[in-house]
Amino acid sequence: MFVRVSAAIAAVSLLSSAALAQGAKPTDPQIAHIAYTAGVIDIAAAKQALTKSGNKEVKAFAEDMVRDHEAVNKQALALVKKLNVTPEDNDTSRTLSKNAADKLAELGKLKGAEFDKAYVANEVAYHKAVDSALETTLIPNANNAELKSLLQTGLKIFQGHEQHAEHVAASLK
Amino acid sequence: MMPRWMLPIVATLMLGTSISAHAATIQITMENLVIAPAETSARVGDTIEWVNKDIFAHTATARNGDWDVTMPPKKTVTLVLRKAGTIDYYCRFHPNMKAALSVAP
Repeated sequence: MFVRVSAAIAAVSLLSSAALAQGAKPTDPQIAHIAYTAGVIDIAAAKQALTKSGNKEVKAFAEDMVRDHEAVNKQALALVKKLNVTPEDNDTSRTLSKNAADKLAELGKLKGAEFDKAYVANEVAYHKAVDSALETTLIPNANNAELKSLLQTGLKIFQGHEQHAEHVAASLK
Repeated sequence: MMPRWMLPIVATLMLGTSISAHAATIQITMENLVIAPAETSARVGDTIEWVNKDIFAHTATARNGDWDVTMPPKKTVTLVLRKAGTIDYYCRFHPNMKAALSVAP
């Protein structure tokens, strides 16, 4: 239990601190890459949950995550194409992907109710981290107005996801 | 003035037009995760046109189970109201999106 909670806290602090760590402000191509990567990670987590979970509420939540994050990422791809911007890989994206791969492996070993709880707890922590990164780093540093607007839409929908995840977490207790 | 015998005929004609005029089409938009207007009045026979301006799929789901309409991103979906009542509805995918529809008989 302690390990799981501290891992969640690590994940929360990691995203915001890593994004801020370089001192240099992220550029639009980096911001686009980070936001897209964050979406890909949550879609992968949701797809894992859809294959592993037998809980109706957890599965409905996971389906919502796939639907919404795919919608945001589809819009993000269309935007970078329109702006002729190539998303640029960076340390924050790499750290996010590495942590997500570890988390997928860790959750992959769990089963049943144990998996459900760990997945949903991680979704709460993950959305908190992403929302905080959007609010404090990504949105303020985005230069392009359309990118900024898409990130703001993302923040609004992800805040809803965070509430939804908290609601599901409470129902699993 | 028209002859007295014509009055019922005129009244019937007017009634006919007033019934069809009442079958209105009412637009409700879903934009930036908000349903607007939050409260809508309509009558049985009216058509509700939900306009989804978001990049996300939404639903208009009646809490009493009367209807459940799914609208893909950037699409408009219509529903003809068949039953009177005040119906609270929400989006199943984004439960923060809530609104009410009052349907008069």
